[in-house]
Amino acid sequence: MPKDARHWGRSRKGARSAVGVALALGATLLTGCGSDEGAAPTLTWYINPDAGGQAELAKQCSDASNGAYTIETSLLPNDAASQREQLARRLAAGDKSMDIMSLDPPNVPEYAEPGYLAPVPDDVAERTTQGVLEGALAGAKWKDEVVAVPFWANTQILWYRKSVAEAAGLDMSKPVTWDQIIEAAKSQDKYIGVQGARAESMTVWVNALVASAGGTIVENPDASADEIQLGLDSDAGKQAAEVVSTIGKEGLGGPGLPTQTENTSMVQFQGDQGSFMVNYPFVWPATNASVEEGALPESLIDDIGWTLFPAMNEGEDTAPPLGGINLGVGSNSQHPDLAYEAIECIVSPENQAQYFETNGNPPSNEAAYETPGIEETFPMAPTIRDSLELAVPRPQTPYYNEISTGIQQTWTPPSDVNPDTTPATSQEFITEVLRGEKLL
Amino acid sequence: MDAVRNTPAEAAPRKQPLSDRAKAERRLGFWLAGPAFIIMLAVTAYPILLALWDSLFKYRLTAPDDRAFVGLGNYATILTDGLFWRDLGVTVLITVITVVVELILGFALALVMNSALKAVRGWLRTAILVPYGIITVVSAFAWFYAFDINSGYINSWFSWVPGIDPDLNWFADTWTALFVIMASEIWKTTPFISLLLLAGLAQVPGELTEAAEVDGATWWQRMSRVIIPNMKAAIMVAVLFRALDAFRIFDNVYIMTNGAYGTEVLSLLAYRTSITRLEIGMGSAVSVLLFICVIIICFIAIKLFKVDLSGARGGN
Repeated sequence: MPKDARHWGRSRKGARSAVGVALALGATLLTGCGSDEGAAPTLTWYINPDAGGQAELAKQCSDASNGAYTIETSLLPNDAASQREQLARRLAAGDKSMDIMSLDPPNVPEYAEPGYLAPVPDDVAERTTQGVLEGALAGAKWKDEVVAVPFWANTQILWYRKSVAEAAGLDMSKPVTWDQIIEAAKSQDKYIGVQGARAESMTVWVNALVASAGGTIVENPDASADEIQLGLDSDAGKQAAEVVSTIGKEGLGGPGLPTQTENTSMVQFQGDQGSFMVNYPFVWPATNASVEEGALPESLIDDIGWTLFPAMNEGEDTAPPLGGINLGVGSNSQHPDLAYEAIECIVSPENQAQYFETNGNPPSNEAAYETPGIEETFPMAPTIRDSLELAVPRPQTPYYNEISTGIQQTWTPPSDVNPDTTPATSQEFITEVLRGEKLL
Repeated sequence: MDAVRNTPAEAAPRKQPLSDRAKAERRLGFWLAGPAFIIMLAVTAYPILLALWDSLFKYRLTAPDDRAFVGLGNYATILTDGLFWRDLGVTVLITVITVVVELILGFALALVMNSALKAVRGWLRTAILVPYGIITVVSAFAWFYAFDINSGYINSWFSWVPGIDPDLNWFADTWTALFVIMASEIWKTTPFISLLLLAGLAQVPGELTEAAEVDGATWWQRMSRVIIPNMKAAIMVAVLFRALDAFRIFDNVYIMTNGAYGTEVLSLLAYRTSITRLEIGMGSAVSVLLFICVIIICFIAIKLFKVDLSGARGGN
């Protein structure tokens, strides 16, 4: 082709030679494009930061596709709020690269409502939700329809120091209540590990407390912003506020409580003042790693026990927090079919088990818990599975961010929470914000 | 050209028509400055006008179909909300305290630099400038980790100071958190003020201070009667620059408290409304109000305090 162009250039002068060169270049480019059409499409997977597990799964599934697609990962920011912001902006801008996205469950409705998520094909929905634990499945739905595919699920369990529980005379083989652990920690002059910072972790805690008391924060989650009914100003809300208030006012969360998040409460729990802590399973690999490094004593590992998230009332079920990641496909993706094919590969029970073992994030599929070797790495896996069965998602509404921020602003610091006024104030404030009458 | 023709002869002398060379130079000037002017319009005027337009709508990024014109409704909501006034109050408080403290410290440092021996002057200036060379986010993290109840060392180092003990959670209370935020701001930008003031000090004619000394003026008299009045322009420019900077404070607050416990400032409110809540309309209205506040500060400084911006360059 370039040879022809040179020949043309010699026989014609000036502008014609330029046209010749342009034609030759165009032809070359077209040939180039032609050869690209046969190549496997590249799917972009926006992942939340982890220990490399999602990138590994992307590679494995690309290899397993036999050339049908290649998955490239693109890293989202560290915290869930920033991940949400970036995904929302890209989706709203019609970004065509949103092939696969790792989504935090409470953000799913916000993307599903304006149609930013490509519909999950029925057969894919059927295959990928078989055997998925109840709580995890609830977080992948919007208006009773599966709009994202559950990948891994997270839940909080109650971690405790066996020595403290024993000294307080608490039988941890039976379900325990908040009142019991508050009394036990008080009697032993120890701190309870909860997340009291003005951050999303506060919403997670309040939601679990309200749900455990039989209430619900949002009564009609799929209503429009000005019609949403909240259930905070209720007996369940008051009970929840009593727990938060007692721990805050009596100093049971320690001096760091008003700024305490999951990581800082873990550090406190690992120390001399540790007693009980509600937290995610990452605590186990993190503590083991610190013991191996010599930063914590070996005896600590033997002193740590685990059970279900505390109940609010004796004899009633608890409703632990639910977290995790669902996989969604952007409605502007140019390869939605391939993206769902890739997602099916990523969320297979074997891959979920592998991800649990290597990255410490629990599977959403019950079958994955049967994988040999899981209990050696995570002896608390059965407790996690049971917890996921009981777990209750945070309010599944497109206005979750407003509700969550409203709770954070009215329920912190824990020492200022008043069971008689906080639930009502919080409810009124959030309702006004949702109606656009107040700033947040 | 018409304007020139219509001007009464007694009011202004008649202008000579431009020569070809002058016209060519003017044309070249337009060609050279034009692109920069267009880019300036694109990057400053366009976003401002767009924010003004967006602020008239109820518009949420994740609900594009619900966009509705509300006129000045967003402004009414903001201006009748206590949160806006509290955030404005915190912003003004941070601005006033940091600028005043920086001015005093910066002047002291400028005096030290001005009178230091030539041999150490360069080293001294470099040492004083180090905090200013550190990226604000980095310095904010450094201060946060130093004061944080879990990772910080301040509580143990200063436990001998009344009120400081290992259980003091600096970021759980408005006043202690604001103290750390302002301290880090002062530490970071005092060098900037001291450099501006040093330039002002260098402008004070040596004869004046020598004459005052010969007349028997004390150090304080020389300072208050001769030196400070002669460097008024530099002082006012330093105050204006820093006041504008301090009013737009964001990084320190975002990293240390994220606005919790009464430490939120206006720029953080604008950020949270636009970026976190994705409420483009309301967020734009907050941004426009923030912009108006900045304009007011400029107006007060330039008109009322008669700031001479050319003072920053050391000229008149």
